[in-house]
Amino acid sequence: MPRLSADRRHQVSFTLNGRAAAGEAEPRMLLTDFLRHVIGATGTHVGCEHGVCGACTVQINGHPARACLTLAVQVQGADIKTVEGLAPAPERLSVLQESFREHHALQCGFCTAGILMSLDSLFRDKPDAAEAEIRETLAGHLCRCTGYAPIMKAAVAAQKKLRTGTEGPANA
Amino acid sequence: MKPAAFDYVRAEGATEALEVLHAEGANARVLAGGQSLLPMLNMRLARPAVLVDIMAVTEWRRVDDDGSHLRIGAAVRQVEIEQRADLARRQPLLAAALPWVGHAQTRSRGTVCGSVAHADPSAELPLVLVALDGRVHLRSRRRARQVPATGFFTGMMATARADDEIIEAVSLPCAKPGTGYAFREVSRRHGDFAIIACAAVVGERGARLAVGGVADRPVTRDLPAPGSPGLPDALNQFAWDLDARDDLHATARYRREMVRRIGREVIEEAQRCRA
Repeated sequence: MPRLSADRRHQVSFTLNGRAAAGEAEPRMLLTDFLRHVIGATGTHVGCEHGVCGACTVQINGHPARACLTLAVQVQGADIKTVEGLAPAPERLSVLQESFREHHALQCGFCTAGILMSLDSLFRDKPDAAEAEIRETLAGHLCRCTGYAPIMKAAVAAQKKLRTGTEGPANA
Repeated sequence: MKPAAFDYVRAEGATEALEVLHAEGANARVLAGGQSLLPMLNMRLARPAVLVDIMAVTEWRRVDDDGSHLRIGAAVRQVEIEQRADLARRQPLLAAALPWVGHAQTRSRGTVCGSVAHADPSAELPLVLVALDGRVHLRSRRRARQVPATGFFTGMMATARADDEIIEAVSLPCAKPGTGYAFREVSRRHGDFAIIACAAVVGERGARLAVGGVADRPVTRDLPAPGSPGLPDALNQFAWDLDARDDLHATARYRREMVRRIGREVIEEAQRCRA
């Protein structure tokens, strides 16, 4: 039975956006801080740090989850996707990201990474999700700039494109 | 907003987990999905010396449906129950309440038993467990025992669980023919803490209403059958007996009115579902 001591750092290995990643973390280190400060992936934002605002939402084993309510040591062996894993190429945005830009679905951008990760997961699992389901997903995120209307527009437009367009859901 | 330091044990079996709880007692906390515990750690409302992660314990990852009861193990995530294709048929009250538990982004990790262990007075899963007369299965190195849900919740975030015990499962009765179930919740946004949540079970013997978010724990009461002249008075008495308080989200008066109004509505809805 492995007991990880509080005052030591321990190796955590996982998959980040399809690539093997590893770093050292004390047991008390949150996944948010681990991603940002140890791994250097700062796309995941840190807001309330108690699971309310949704800014830190990432995907753990395919499910959207709060990185601030997850310990780094809990993701040993897990498959994690963050906002850095969305764009298909460095100079190209995903369908969902492009739609956010087109519809002005962000202003300050602080909440955006988390919202993208939730919607990416929703459209992959439920390509035909009803508008009510999209709203319910967004209820897990706080945005204080947009009033959500442009986010809904962007989400619905992206969903339509993903269903009918040439780009498959893999690029959501 | 970072947790204080703790040791972390990844238990590989139930015996190991119980051994740590036995040795550490109140200094240890069980970590399952972490969706209630992590906020407590981050805000330092809890400062355990050691966390026991039980998600790798295979015997606690089980869901058993023996035809009369649904038994949900300690390491079963809420999303796993929510996505069971036959859930609405097997236990419609649980199916109706689950989408109101936190957000999709927390149900993906949070466990059913974890929410019961946390015992937030406004939480949906303790409410459902109480409404259905479910049972809490506790286990320690010393013994295994079962506690009826109605006696398990003893106050605000307080339960009958001893420090060396873990909730290894909860069990709740499956839907019975001729019985109707309904759930409703009032909150500021979907996924916020319930200002009030009501669960109703209506069968041949009358109506049962459980209310969360008002008293310091989920409370249930047997009421006259829907449509009977005594129901409004009984609902009003129930509303007053819950001893509602004013808080940031709603006044006590508003909550009493909601018990009367939403209470009646869920009872009527459960009655309609009795087919």
